[in-house]
Amino acid sequence: MASLARATADELDALLVGLPPLPAHRVVRGPEVGLTMLRGRAGGDGAAFNLGEATLTRCTVSLDTGTLGHCWRLGRDRRAAQVAALLDACLQHPEWQDALLATVVVPLRDRLSEVAALTARRAAATEVRFATLAAMR
Amino acid sequence: MRPGFADLVFGAQECFSALMNAMARPGRMQLCAMLDDLPHGLAPAAAAAVLTLADAETPFWTDAEGGAREWLGFHTGAVFAPLPAQAQFLLATRGMPTLAGLNQGSDETPQESATLILQVSGLDDAAGWRLTGPGIQQEHRLLATGLPEDFLAQWAANRAQFPRGVDLVLCAGTQLVALPRGTEIG
Repeated sequence: MASLARATADELDALLVGLPPLPAHRVVRGPEVGLTMLRGRAGGDGAAFNLGEATLTRCTVSLDTGTLGHCWRLGRDRRAAQVAALLDACLQHPEWQDALLATVVVPLRDRLSEVAALTARRAAATEVRFATLAAMR
Repeated sequence: MRPGFADLVFGAQECFSALMNAMARPGRMQLCAMLDDLPHGLAPAAAAAVLTLADAETPFWTDAEGGAREWLGFHTGAVFAPLPAQAQFLLATRGMPTLAGLNQGSDETPQESATLILQVSGLDDAAGWRLTGPGIQQEHRLLATGLPEDFLAQWAANRAQFPRGVDLVLCAGTQLVALPRGTEIG
């Protein structure tokens, strides 16, 4: 679900091209945009403080079988929220689960972890090692 | 799970306007028909009133069970109170809880008392009781069926402790009538 909630609508559409059409569904709530308070921790004792608010989109869909799928994601992409909620519902059904995991979730997760690794590498290159600063001279 | 208001903002505003007019003019009928596809046991006006008033910060109590209870919890986000006395808003679908057993507010904070939304089997504003009090110029007629036999005694006791007391919203189908605590039933 974390991968689905980070994917863009276009990305999800592209991954779904090869699959049979997703089952009929009805929207129970949303997709609607709201705000959520981001909280961080700071100081020696890690006390929580309010960092600021972020936009959040949520959507809930229901399949004809009654299965509910939810999606809450950062940002204002309503379409991505609805597709991700539908995928969340389908992933709970055994007949869909394997196909969706293989064609949508795993590729998404791989791509996201690549992006995360790239960011981590770029950040690591700027690291300053205070303890060994003298030795580097 | 069934959807709530088709348009969250306009649905809630329309119902809030109906509730406000109902409270301002006790005994006068308002219509609240934005919800049509509802879980079993819920009437359109009562369900709309709950969706409009209850949210995550209002303890809510209901005697509805199963799908209706899940639906109310999902769409309001309200916390279910285990006892009627702890709730700020109540929805009774199968008989009225005793008014004296609900949160009456205090003399300093009468606005904190409970609001009871009650589904009754029928409402008629052309016959029955004579209502008088604030918001009624002469008198209003109101007939509600499906109330407990000692309702008038309970209501008189509720009114006697003004400014404390419970406000009542009666709903039948898409009809909605409010009885604020100051209304006298004769």
